[in-house]
Amino acid sequence: MSALFVLILASLLVALGFLFAFIWSVRKGHYDDEVTPSIRILLDDEISDKKQSLKP
Amino acid sequence: MKTQPHLKIKTALTTQTCFHCGEYFKDELVIFEEHSFCCQGCATVFEILQENDLCRYYEINGAIGISPDKNLYETKFDYLDLPEIANKILTFTDGHLSTVNWYIPKMHCSSCIWLLEQLNRLNPAIRSSIVNFPEKTVRITFATEQIKLSDLAKLIAHLGYEPYLSLDDLETKKGAKWNRTRLYKIGVSGFAFGNIMMMSFPEYFHVGDSLADQDLQYLFSVINVALSIPVFFYCASDFFVSAWAGVKAKYLNIDLPIALALLSVYANSLYQVFTNTGSGYFDSLAGAVFFMLLGRYFQDKTYASLSFERNYKSFFPIAISKITEEHEIKIPITELATGDVILIRNEELIPADAILKSHSAHINYSFVTGEAKPVTCKIGDTIYAGGKHLGPAIELEVIKPVSQGYLTELWNNDSFSIEKENQRTTLAARINRYFSASILTLAFFTFIGWWVVGNNLTVAFNAFTTLLLVACPCALLLSATFTNGNLIALFGKYHFYPKNAHAMERLATVDTVVFDKTGTLTLSNKSEVQYHGTKLSIADQKQIKSVVRQSSHPLSTTLYQHLENITTSKTVVSQFEEMKGAGISAYIGQDFIKVGSAKWVGVIEETHAQFTKVFVAINHQVLGFFVIQSKYRPDLPSTINTLNQDGFTTHLLSGDQPTDLAFLTKLFVKESNLHFKQMPSDKLNFIKDLQEKKGRKVLMIGDGLNDAGALSQSNVGVAVSDDSNSFTPSCDAIMEGFQLSQIPGFILLAKAGQRIIKQSFSISLLYNIIGISFAITGQLTPVVAAILMPISSISVVLFTTISTKISANKFLKTDQGQ
Repeated sequence: MSALFVLILASLLVALGFLFAFIWSVRKGHYDDEVTPSIRILLDDEISDKKQSLKP
Repeated sequence: MKTQPHLKIKTALTTQTCFHCGEYFKDELVIFEEHSFCCQGCATVFEILQENDLCRYYEINGAIGISPDKNLYETKFDYLDLPEIANKILTFTDGHLSTVNWYIPKMHCSSCIWLLEQLNRLNPAIRSSIVNFPEKTVRITFATEQIKLSDLAKLIAHLGYEPYLSLDDLETKKGAKWNRTRLYKIGVSGFAFGNIMMMSFPEYFHVGDSLADQDLQYLFSVINVALSIPVFFYCASDFFVSAWAGVKAKYLNIDLPIALALLSVYANSLYQVFTNTGSGYFDSLAGAVFFMLLGRYFQDKTYASLSFERNYKSFFPIAISKITEEHEIKIPITELATGDVILIRNEELIPADAILKSHSAHINYSFVTGEAKPVTCKIGDTIYAGGKHLGPAIELEVIKPVSQGYLTELWNNDSFSIEKENQRTTLAARINRYFSASILTLAFFTFIGWWVVGNNLTVAFNAFTTLLLVACPCALLLSATFTNGNLIALFGKYHFYPKNAHAMERLATVDTVVFDKTGTLTLSNKSEVQYHGTKLSIADQKQIKSVVRQSSHPLSTTLYQHLENITTSKTVVSQFEEMKGAGISAYIGQDFIKVGSAKWVGVIEETHAQFTKVFVAINHQVLGFFVIQSKYRPDLPSTINTLNQDGFTTHLLSGDQPTDLAFLTKLFVKESNLHFKQMPSDKLNFIKDLQEKKGRKVLMIGDGLNDAGALSQSNVGVAVSDDSNSFTPSCDAIMEGFQLSQIPGFILLAKAGQRIIKQSFSISLLYNIIGISFAITGQLTPVVAAILMPISSISVVLFTTISTKISANKFLKTDQGQ
């Protein structure tokens, strides 16, 4: 039974870790804008080769 | 800079659409580097992008560019360099690096994001630019010493993304901080809720009677108490603050029952834990706080991009060109004083009442009066604030400072300061008031009964707690909150955005609908042009188009747009002459063309003209006339008919001249329901009369500044807008124009919403009566009460969600897209 005491405290610690991860991410501004980054990641970087065909 | 590339102007059509903006070509097109453009502006943007190797812009979404505003002029943003303005616009500066956060209404797709985040490639002084797409803002960090703020604005404006700067920006600065605080609170309460639930599981299943389990039980209680402290004192603080504010203002607001319930549950739980009589209800407490915070967060998020409380300040520009001894300087509009001479350019808003110093001017007062036809003013005439100037730049002498102008006086009218939202009057609050009062009395008497009469303090406490818990107004609150929340979301799906639950509740009681005409019933910026007379040949039309093209008069522009399928004549236009208020004339080759009023071409016209007519004469022979009238929204007749059939009284308020009487009288049943030539204050008083003398509940549907007073005075004011970001005076709801036909459905749905709230109240009341009757008799254990409560809440939530969905499908036509 005494193993339970350790387990419960450990699980609480893990949960606290996630809570602080969440607070950290909010503080870093991860939740300020939830739409733009999802679009931004789909915009590829350019291939440095300049000549790109631009036929209309 | 490269050498000026070779530019050609051709009239032949090689491709159908502009390479930059994707518009269909109307007449001549600009060919530049093998691509065709609809105008010089588009070609210029392409040139800038090509020079900086940014042509990938066109690969992301094709031709979606924006043509830069043709009225853009070099010195437009110079006022940004004034220190007192710059200080207010910069969000951060340390002398070397500065940051601005600009609102860019024209941002619309991923290509825009891409380009706006590549600004550093256009000018190395720009260090970074980050777009926030939902808010349509771009945050630009730049080196202060290398680029001026005005040049930065110019750079973006030349790409077609003109930042929107208004007087309002200078006076209010809102931080994004609240948003984060709210997220912290949600995070903490969610964390606490989950863990307390876990600790309470043994309790739910009645395990733990052995000695070792007793120790565990004790640990659980300690952890629960520890976890509940931040929930109660941090996460729930908003409810207590709001409730206390309500108490101080001497009314029972919606947060007071919540605060009371939280307080009693918390006190009781602590009492139980410390006296070792139970394990408390920390799980219910944390759960309730978590879900309520979550609900409010999403509600606020939906509304973040809509602004309901704009006043004249958001329409007026920040700075104005003042003329001093041959010089033109920019001064902040707030420093404008009587006697100043100001310069107003094409399409600019006149910020203060002033006297015209130039020879003549065309002023469009549609903001103020609703009259779409521009007024011609002569030198010495008084021009009122809020008018929009059309045509070449004019000079004005200010006679009243901005804050005392005619428009601002209207905004200072009482109806703007009266708060429509009397919290005491909402359905939920009304029911809740009686409910909380009776529950508190009942609980008190139960406690006294068991204590004094039954002489059993334990049972007394038990009964008191269970009663409060079972009858906790949470389920009642949830039913109103969820029904309204669902309705707001459903309305939003159909492009109708009510400000809050109160607005919807008032919408349900409406019995009179008043429409504004210009921009509401009619399509803004679109006119219907009809030609009467001798049939015009293609050659004639070409000539007319060539002539009207020379003039900037609004009627000429309308005619020019009407003849969009005609190419302009290649023959040179000579001896062009424009007589203000009369018409224009010119020679095309040998032909003499005259376009203008009846008098101008030499026709005697019947006096009571209802329409705007433009006559055409070629070589002194009058061919006929164009009738120009505003175009009504296509679904208008069916909408008004439905409203009339459903028993609503409909009225029309217009600042315009009486036009289309036959058509409108048929729609609005009788002619006395049509009211023309209404000044903004007339509109306001008309609504007031309806409310006070006839006891009507009025729904006013309008747009623009000229309706602002009426919208504010009415029970529900709906602003119609074809762009929800542009013009929304203070109102209760914003609606997109093409959804006008849904108005009857919106009212019916709002009514259904009230019904659903009442029904779900009765459902949770039924639960309560059963629960309370057990609780009073002391038969209910707190654990069962704690389980019963979430069940009643969940069933109420389910009921409201399903029934609002069903009602919406019943009353609203499927989304018409766009």
